[in-house]
Amino acid sequence: MRIINLDHVAAVPVLPEVVKEMLPYFTEKYGNPSSIHSLGEEVEEAIGEARERVAALINADPSEIVFTSCGTESNNFALKGTVQANRARGNHIITSSIEHFSIMHAIKTLERQGVEVTRLPVDCYGMVDPDDVEKAITERTVLISVMHGNNEIGTVQPITEIGRIAREHHIPFHTDAVATAGVIPVDVKAMNVDLLSLAANQFYGPKGVGALFVRKGVRIEPLLDGGIQENGLRAGTENVMAIVGMGKAAEIAARDMQSRIDHMLPLRDRLMKEVPAAIEDVAVVGHPTERLPNNVSVLVRYVEGESMLLFLDMEGIKIASGSACISRSLKVSHVMLAMGIDAGAAQGSLLMTLGKDNSDQDVDDVVRVLPPIVQRLRDMSPLYKRSGKVKASC
Amino acid sequence: MYSEIVMDHFKNPRNVGEIPNADGIGEVGNPACGDIMTFYIKVKDNILEDVKFKTFGCGAAIAVSSIVTEMAIGKTLDEAMKISHRAVIEALNGLPKKKHHCSNLGSDALHRAIEDYLAKQKGRAYHKPEDGPEVCNCPICDVEDPEEAPYCATVCDRTGT
Repeated sequence: MRIINLDHVAAVPVLPEVVKEMLPYFTEKYGNPSSIHSLGEEVEEAIGEARERVAALINADPSEIVFTSCGTESNNFALKGTVQANRARGNHIITSSIEHFSIMHAIKTLERQGVEVTRLPVDCYGMVDPDDVEKAITERTVLISVMHGNNEIGTVQPITEIGRIAREHHIPFHTDAVATAGVIPVDVKAMNVDLLSLAANQFYGPKGVGALFVRKGVRIEPLLDGGIQENGLRAGTENVMAIVGMGKAAEIAARDMQSRIDHMLPLRDRLMKEVPAAIEDVAVVGHPTERLPNNVSVLVRYVEGESMLLFLDMEGIKIASGSACISRSLKVSHVMLAMGIDAGAAQGSLLMTLGKDNSDQDVDDVVRVLPPIVQRLRDMSPLYKRSGKVKASC
Repeated sequence: MYSEIVMDHFKNPRNVGEIPNADGIGEVGNPACGDIMTFYIKVKDNILEDVKFKTFGCGAAIAVSSIVTEMAIGKTLDEAMKISHRAVIEALNGLPKKKHHCSNLGSDALHRAIEDYLAKQKGRAYHKPEDGPEVCNCPICDVEDPEEAPYCATVCDRTGT
């Protein structure tokens, strides 16, 4: 059976060129970059090259890149490290209500330790209003953290504008760019960001490696104490193979970004148009235009996400959902709730995330296979034709 | 994730639908939890002659509903009232732990349909209990299950669930 992967938010394959670049660092080039001898030296050079490539992807200086073990670590590091370094200055963080768990839960931990938190609302498209950011700033604010692109609804936030406000008030600004870096243009200078998280596995690099951009002069404490790897900001022997892989993947992402976007955008727009056209009572979630080129998020009324996913899986179509039954905590997506979507309607969430290898044929297949699955489940659903139409959000 | 029996009942659910002029109707769950099950029964001589269901929910919820109808048809009302959550899980050859609480509501819906029937027999209206938020509580925190308890203590404390 033909496998159609429309769940690139969960995982992407590592590019063969990336794997090829990584392989020597498992065996012949196995040195420790901290060593003085030549075994270490060649590895240190390779890490330096990876750092340059990652820096180039986001228009940073190589000295501003700290390699980490994943996007989650980068986010934890940015939040906890900044708060720790600014203890004397203040005790207040501003964030949004639609952040990834690695921001949301890290902030909950800080909150239990006494940090004050303002969680900004979003509109029905999942968009933060920069004016709300400005209004929330107090003399005690030490960090603003608002994500760049949301992995679940696709909405891309007005980061440049929020960054400008943060800068005017001399407050460090962090953005979680895991869903965007390597996918759409990210420029830390133009976007006025001081800290930015990214992860290799979102742009055809390996899992288990990420980076945090820390602008020169921004105060931050390390999460991990130990040796003086990563300029003293991230102790621990470097994951050399993965870092080399991230560098290569970043180089390719920078080179191929526009052609990947040009390829995915029409597919995304077809899905956003043709799925609601093929099935009644389907609503598109997230912003119609300020949106990731690889993200299609819809709500199918009267049915539940997991049951759709199981039937689609039998047909070879792999997608995700924000339904409560899918999540480990059995809670409906906090992102959709924050957008004002009814908890019942959010159960019918379908999240399709495109990659560079998806095709028009994939879209054709989804548009052909999905309607009978939905109808079958609706015929089984006590909500179908009983309740009035549930309002999605906008 | 699911046993073969669960997948079979999910793919080919038995006794889906409504019974016109049903003798009893029972419903459990709410859409916010992700599962709603409505059961319809036809009773003759104190025996469940027919049972049908409609379910909004995940794969487990559909499979649970389907197998409960099979377990119930032909039983006396008393026997049917004794169909337990555990018996349903055993009949399905197991359910993932996180589905034990949330999706295993088929027997409850059946029992409510029987209570509805019995109330009507006595000429009273049956008032179905309101399903409060406890129906969709985090099952991982459900300390009934000692195996999960250490995980509970850390994760649920941390996340405030």
